[in-house]
Amino acid sequence: MDKNLFEYAPAPESRALVSIKAQYGLFINGAWVEPKTKDKFATINPANEEVLSKISQASDSDVDRAVKAARAAYLKTWSKMPAKERGKYLFRIARIMQERAREFAVLETLDNGKPIRESRDVDVPLAAAHFFYHAGWADKLDYAGLGINPKPHGVVGQIIPWNFPLLMLAWKIAPALATGNTVVLKPAETTPLTALLFAEICQQAELPAGVVNIITGDGATGAALVNHPGIDKIAFTGSTEVGKLIARSIAISGKSVTLELGGKAANIVFEDAPIDEAVEGIVNGIFFNQGHVCCAGSRLIVQENIYDELLAKLKRRMSLIRVGDPLDKNTDLGAINSAAQLAKIKELSASGDTEGAFRWNPDCQLPSKGFWFAPTIFTGVTQSHRIAREEIFGPVLSVLTFRTPQEAIEKANNTPYGLSAGIWSEKGSRILWASKALKAGVIWANTFNKFDPASPFGGYKESGWGREGGRHGLAPYLKGTK
Amino acid sequence: MSRIDIKKTYKLFIGGQFPRSESGRTYEIKGANGKFIANPALASRKDLRDSVTAAKSALSGWSSATAFNRGQILYRIAEIMEGRRDQFVTEIIALEGGTAKAAHAQVEQAIDLWVWYAGWCDKISTIAGATNPIAGPYYNFTTPEELGVVGIISDQKVSLLGLVAAIAPVIATGNTAVVIASEKRPLSAITLGEALATSDLPAGVLNILTGKVSELAPWLASHMEIDGLDISGADSKVESELRIAGAENLKRIHRFNKSQSPQRMLAFMEAKTVWHPIGV
Amino acid sequence: MVTLIDGSEVSLRKYLGALSGVDKVGADQRAAMLGTRSIKTKSKSWAIDMAIRMVDLTSLEGADTAGKVRAICAKAVHPDPTDFSVPSVGAVCVYNDLVKIARESLNLNGGSHIPVAAVTTAFPSGRASLKVKIQDTQDALNDGATEIDMVIDRGAFLAGKLGLVFDEITAIKAVCGNRAQLKVILETGELTTYDNVRKASFIAMLAGADFIKTSTGKVSPAATPPVVLVMLEAVRDYYLQTGMRIGVKAAGGIRTTKDAIKQLVLVNEVAGPEWLNPHLFRIGASALLNDLLMQRMKAASGFYSGSNYVTLD
Repeated sequence: MDKNLFEYAPAPESRALVSIKAQYGLFINGAWVEPKTKDKFATINPANEEVLSKISQASDSDVDRAVKAARAAYLKTWSKMPAKERGKYLFRIARIMQERAREFAVLETLDNGKPIRESRDVDVPLAAAHFFYHAGWADKLDYAGLGINPKPHGVVGQIIPWNFPLLMLAWKIAPALATGNTVVLKPAETTPLTALLFAEICQQAELPAGVVNIITGDGATGAALVNHPGIDKIAFTGSTEVGKLIARSIAISGKSVTLELGGKAANIVFEDAPIDEAVEGIVNGIFFNQGHVCCAGSRLIVQENIYDELLAKLKRRMSLIRVGDPLDKNTDLGAINSAAQLAKIKELSASGDTEGAFRWNPDCQLPSKGFWFAPTIFTGVTQSHRIAREEIFGPVLSVLTFRTPQEAIEKANNTPYGLSAGIWSEKGSRILWASKALKAGVIWANTFNKFDPASPFGGYKESGWGREGGRHGLAPYLKGTK
Repeated sequence: MSRIDIKKTYKLFIGGQFPRSESGRTYEIKGANGKFIANPALASRKDLRDSVTAAKSALSGWSSATAFNRGQILYRIAEIMEGRRDQFVTEIIALEGGTAKAAHAQVEQAIDLWVWYAGWCDKISTIAGATNPIAGPYYNFTTPEELGVVGIISDQKVSLLGLVAAIAPVIATGNTAVVIASEKRPLSAITLGEALATSDLPAGVLNILTGKVSELAPWLASHMEIDGLDISGADSKVESELRIAGAENLKRIHRFNKSQSPQRMLAFMEAKTVWHPIGV
Repeated sequence: MVTLIDGSEVSLRKYLGALSGVDKVGADQRAAMLGTRSIKTKSKSWAIDMAIRMVDLTSLEGADTAGKVRAICAKAVHPDPTDFSVPSVGAVCVYNDLVKIARESLNLNGGSHIPVAAVTTAFPSGRASLKVKIQDTQDALNDGATEIDMVIDRGAFLAGKLGLVFDEITAIKAVCGNRAQLKVILETGELTTYDNVRKASFIAMLAGADFIKTSTGKVSPAATPPVVLVMLEAVRDYYLQTGMRIGVKAAGGIRTTKDAIKQLVLVNEVAGPEWLNPHLFRIGASALLNDLLMQRMKAASGFYSGSNYVTLD
């Protein structure tokens, strides 16, 4: 038989679309400046550990410069500009992002390790859509139901994670600018490149100097930004641990803050689920973006009477996941973002082994260089296992079972997190019952990991404060609203 | 000889019951004129713990009651308070001083506030929810839901209106609550508890503690079963301490200055967004 | 062999009732995602030749004549007269009155290995008595057809007479016996929902189909990627239950090499690579073949070919 001949030949996206500078400065007040200390650190391609560029480490005084630039821009230009004109800048930015979409996608894949199919089809189009959506809000805030003539905070400090570098930038900057704030944004240490390319777009869009400032650095830079007295509001996406640190810091400073933190989402499959689509949803829920997703469906909770059938189909489907070169258009699972993250995934997975769960992964060839982890499931997981409670933030799924719908909800809610949850069933009343009972900010019924600028996103409990996206996502950027 | 008054023992209101403090402690409160008024219970952290347990177990029933039903119950509270107006007035005058007119005004405002929030129960979701136009074949809606158990440090000065302004919006939306009453002026709260016990409000939805705010508030702020905190009645000097304690489970912590505002409901609600595909 | 039902309508309904549903949006998305697979270089060359071997070269017009049938039969054997390395197609598919001519013509052109498929059972509507349908099939077999493409009674299916649909298929299967393999056309464009497509796929398989086929080509939409995906899932599930591999034929609307390669990707990743051969996957087409040939020439020469370098039959 000819069956082995249909191995898909490599189909790499061209790298020639991007030009990465040997090193980058900080983007402050509309211009590139060198950090005061001249400190630089490397950003690498996690798929092969190649150094892509040298990035500036912003110090306290650089943070101060950026905040002052943002304040001056707020006072002199941005707060005085008619809302309609402010909106036009956002439209411009959206359009330029669309024009340069492929360039952003390739750069994101190089710096982050995610498959080009995802950066091309999800991250970048959604990022542009966020600017387009919020552009239209700029001159309609009076109608948003958030009070009469609502006012921005002023200068917003924003800290974003490495899992969706450009998309998280868009989630942060678009609503902040639309509501009339100016911004100092710090991208994650391991994935600064698309944010720095975004700075170029701000220049091309002729956005007034200082409205958006992008400073790079590690956690110390982030802390300096959070604690800077010139910041009126903080928006953070990242770990619950750091979120709590920020919550403590604002207890004293009194700053307004929104937090998008961790999760341990349950993906509940009932006996009457559309099985094949459920399997796709499970795969998309945990292996999308290597599982580096705060709302990942990392706990599969299956009704016991369909467990065998579902598991067999899931394993078969997992065997088709193509792991490898993120730039290959046929790659489904790319590289783990960093050595540190890989170590964390390995450590938590090892706890699954020692605590008595059963590890399974399809046979797949992992590249020798770079950071890689095979798509993995653990069966026989119980609520007390660490892998059922702690966020792994990698391509590792814990499988649990339930007997009755009530038990499913009880297990799903039995976590300090509350970001998202999934329900698979063809019975409408059951879906609505479960949606109501689940304590999570986003419920995906018969789908998973879907995002849209018009759809509010954010968590219950320790998954954060506030929402991003939709009408609800405007509120945190306006004074006096929740 | 004139009749000897029957003096009342002021107790806590926990899970629909009126226990004394498990600690056996009481404290003395004095009237505006400096004279002894009563020895209400000095609640302990264990009383607080029991209150949280009661609030937690009342949560699923109360939050799944229909909004219409909650509205009716809140309105019923107003009806019952109306019948006890004189008692509230007397107690306010005794503890807060001031004129009878002012006391009457406070009671009337408090009653009207119940009516205002009673009407909100079945409207807040309409105002604060949304159907969201997604770029794809999905039906997507956002609806605000109750947060869970809310801890309330009630206004220390305006003992009845401040209390109602805090609890009515919290329970209107389906939350349950643990309230620390005004430390020096707790009678309105205790009497309100007695009114609530004869209303249709299920046991445990509201739990009222009297005692020292400085002793109880840190336990309220750090309790991991509490999801939100209204610190309007807390001393601003301890605010950061309470916020730091509350950060441990990322409580939603708010201080309000308006007694009548939808923000007081929304602050203790969570927006839930549900997606479902559209297809045949 | 595993018996899943006892042949009664009760057992059929019970079996179908236990099938999981199909979520349309999820199925559409899975098919669309597989449509993004990028098939290049060697894989593409392999896929083009495989697709040629899978083509059921078809002419099903009221205007069909002996001359037309002879032309497609010659092309079926040597699709590219200038390049004999091009493989023959999977079968030739005609109306039953032209089966004899097709058989003779194929044999004359050195294509005796190529089967003739006949559309029967009052194709395309299926609106005739069972007696006529059986005779229709019998005639085709007598004239040398070794593949029978029958249509199901969609009216009966939509009216809920599932036993009737099942019984008709078993009746035609009995006529075919060992002489021909039976391809059962579901006409998915008239069934309209993926749940119906899945259900009809199982009825056909349980009744003895060797292939399940999307469409007659007379109704649109026809072999859309998600419909083929749903049918491939059905044959895969049936295999997991019985150990028997049933084929799938995608017919209608597949006109370009790109379309055909998308179908092969679906086969590869949904049913599995075991289905990647003409015994288990066919593409019903006419215009597709020329596009495959032009792409094949491009792969060999490095430049794009033109319509005058392939035969228009």
